[in-house]
Order: sequence, then structure tokens, then C-alpha cells
Amino acid sequence: MKIILTTVSPNLDSEIDPRFGRGAYFLVVDCDTLVWEAHPNPGVDSAGGAGSLAAQFVANQKAAAAISGDFGPNAYNALRSADVEMYLFGTSRTARETVERFNAGLLERVGAPTGPGHHPRA
Amino acid sequence: MKISVASGKGGTGKTMIATSLAISLAAIMSEQPPLFLDCDVEAPNAHLFLHPEFIEREDVGLLIPFVDEAKCTHCGKCAEVCQYHAIAVLGQKTLVFPQLCHGCGSCTVMCPEKAISEAPDRMGVIERGPAAAGISFARGILDVGEPMATPVIRKLKRWAQPAPGQVVIYDAPPGASCPVVETVRGSNFLVLVTEPTPFGLHDLRLAVQMAGELGIPVGLIINRDNGSYPALDEFCTSQNLPVLLRIPFERSIAEGVARGQTLTDIHPEYVNHFCQVFSQIALSTSEG
Repeated sequence: MKIILTTVSPNLDSEIDPRFGRGAYFLVVDCDTLVWEAHPNPGVDSAGGAGSLAAQFVANQKAAAAISGDFGPNAYNALRSADVEMYLFGTSRTARETVERFNAGLLERVGAPTGPGHHPRA
Repeated sequence: MKISVASGKGGTGKTMIATSLAISLAAIMSEQPPLFLDCDVEAPNAHLFLHPEFIEREDVGLLIPFVDEAKCTHCGKCAEVCQYHAIAVLGQKTLVFPQLCHGCGSCTVMCPEKAISEAPDRMGVIERGPAAAGISFARGILDVGEPMATPVIRKLKRWAQPAPGQVVIYDAPPGASCPVVETVRGSNFLVLVTEPTPFGLHDLRLAVQMAGELGIPVGLIINRDNGSYPALDEFCTSQNLPVLLRIPFERSIAEGVARGQTLTDIHPEYVNHFCQVFSQIALSTSEG
């Protein structure tokens, strides 16, 4: 199963990046084989709408789940429409640790936006 | 003649100055008192000083996209062209985020299936009517929870146009970002109201820079002046900024404003002061 994490650098031993829309990299990981590939976040410098852009990226990757530290209302609604499940890093510090904890069923699943939006139209 | 009153820092006395200037001009232009626009649509308060009676009202909305899922092929052209990421194609669903939308219409134009139609999404209201001393008054109000003030200001300025020869005073929002630029754009002169504090000076620098970008001449009114902040005077000298008026830091003024009085109500001699400010503005714009 394919999952996506937000990370600080482009590899499996990277620290996690707690921001979904503004994280530096998206790490796409096969959680069974741990085969991974990293993509720079296309929305990292966007003036607004980073959450919806990031959600679209995740949906295009056909990932089953997204793991981050924060899902705003736009990202949440978009990912839910795309049937992508959302989880929080919790105490995980690295991407590898996060995948292990995901596989063990230890990550908290997100059932509502975790905070207000960050970048409304302005 | 179009005069904007802005400040950079909030709470320096923009509305007190703008309303007092309007009252003063109404006194010498009784055949055609000025038009006053409260462009601080997130927190309009000039009505507390000028007591308008609103007789006309219009909704302000942006045209936002609606996607006909029966026609949509989820090709993603709309999402690609949207620079605000207000429309996203997620597998077999196309999702619109109204609060991110700027109403530009690009998605509608680019949709090869003609699956997008547009409908107004209300974000605020504009209203106008006669006010104190024969002043024509208009203001915008952004709805609670709406994040984008600029379209309300743009529509207010288009809707409330001056009669030929009528002076217009625009009371700007605080700051130096889009809503202020939208207010100030097209003015002949910008009055910046500041106070002798580090915050006041910091934001004044930004506001002066903005005016420079827009190519609008600037004059300064220093409010709550206690004569003890040389950094502000140095900045004025270095930037060649004319100081049009200094208003002292005085309890009676604060008390009057808190009661809803203009400076001209509190100290009638300010009618003269503001008329002189206007003469200076008229002179400097005719030179420019």
C-alpha cells in the first residue's frame, strides 16, 4: 500500500515535516516493501491554497493515506473527497519510524480538520 | 481632487483625521461638500463621527465556479490554470474552494467541456447616503469570516463616484498591503497619519514605500505629538516628507474622540488647520 509523508529532506531517514501544505518534501512510500521516492512539494512557496494543491498532489499519486502533523480545512476536505485517509505523526521523529508506527497501527487517524486554514484569499 | 488617508500602523488616528478633514472642507465648500468613502471594510467606523443615513445598499460578491459533474471529464485543466489553487481535481471529483477563489474566471474559460458555470458568492455589502454637514457618505462592510477585503473596496470605489469637481476623501484600512493599495490607487494625494513611536515609524516607512511604488505624493500628519521622538523627524527630513499638521498628545482630544466627536467638534480652530492642510495639498498636487 502506498502512503505519503511530509518530510524535511528527500529520504526515508529524514525528519518529519509537521506542515502538510507547506512541508518541504512528499515522501511516497510503499509501506510493505519500504521502497520510497521523494518529490519536492509543488506548493511550498505558493501564495495561497497550498493545502488544496498538496491534496491534489497526493490524490494524483493514488496514495491510500497521508501522514502529517496538521491538516487544515481545505486539505482535509480535498483528501476526504479523494478517499485518502489522514493520520498524524504523533511522537514519530523520522519518516522510517513513522512508517513502522503506521504499520503497527499506532498512528492517530484524523476525523476533522486539525486547525483553522492558514492562507485564505487576501 | 482625491485624497486618501492611511497610516501603516493601526490606531494612529486615520478616521479622526479623515472625518475632521471632511467636516472642515464641508464648511468651506458648502455648495458641494466632499464625498467620504470608508474603505476600512473589515472594521468601518467613520459613521460614528459623520452619522450617515444609508438610503442605498448593494451586495458585493465574487463570481465563483460551479462544476457540472455530469459534463466534467476530470481532465484537470481548471486546476492547472488556477493560480490560487481554488479548484482541485481529486480522482473522479472536482472540488471548488470558494474562500481561495479570486473570481478571475480562468477555469470557466479553459474548461474544454463547458462544465463550469459561475454564480455570485456574497462577501459583503456597500451602502451610501447623506451624512453630517452635507457630506456624501459611502462605506463597505466585509461579511464576518470572509478573508478578502479588496473586492469590496474595489466595488465601493466604482459605485460611489464623485460628482464633477467634488473632493473625495478615502479613509483607508491600516497596513500597507492589498486593501490599502486598492484604496489609495488613483488618489492625487496620500495623507499618512503617524504617531511618534517606534511602531508608528516602522509602519510609516512601509506606507511611504508603498506610496512611492504607486507614484502618489505624500504628506504627514503627526498625531499624539509630544515632541520627543527625533527618529521620526530624521526620517521626515531624509525622505523630504512635508509635515502638514501636528496634533498634540492631549487628554481632551482622546475624551472627545471616545464620545464620537471629530477633532473639529472638540477644538473648532482645527477647521482652519485642516483647510490649510487642504491648501498645501492642492498646491503640491498642482506643482506635481
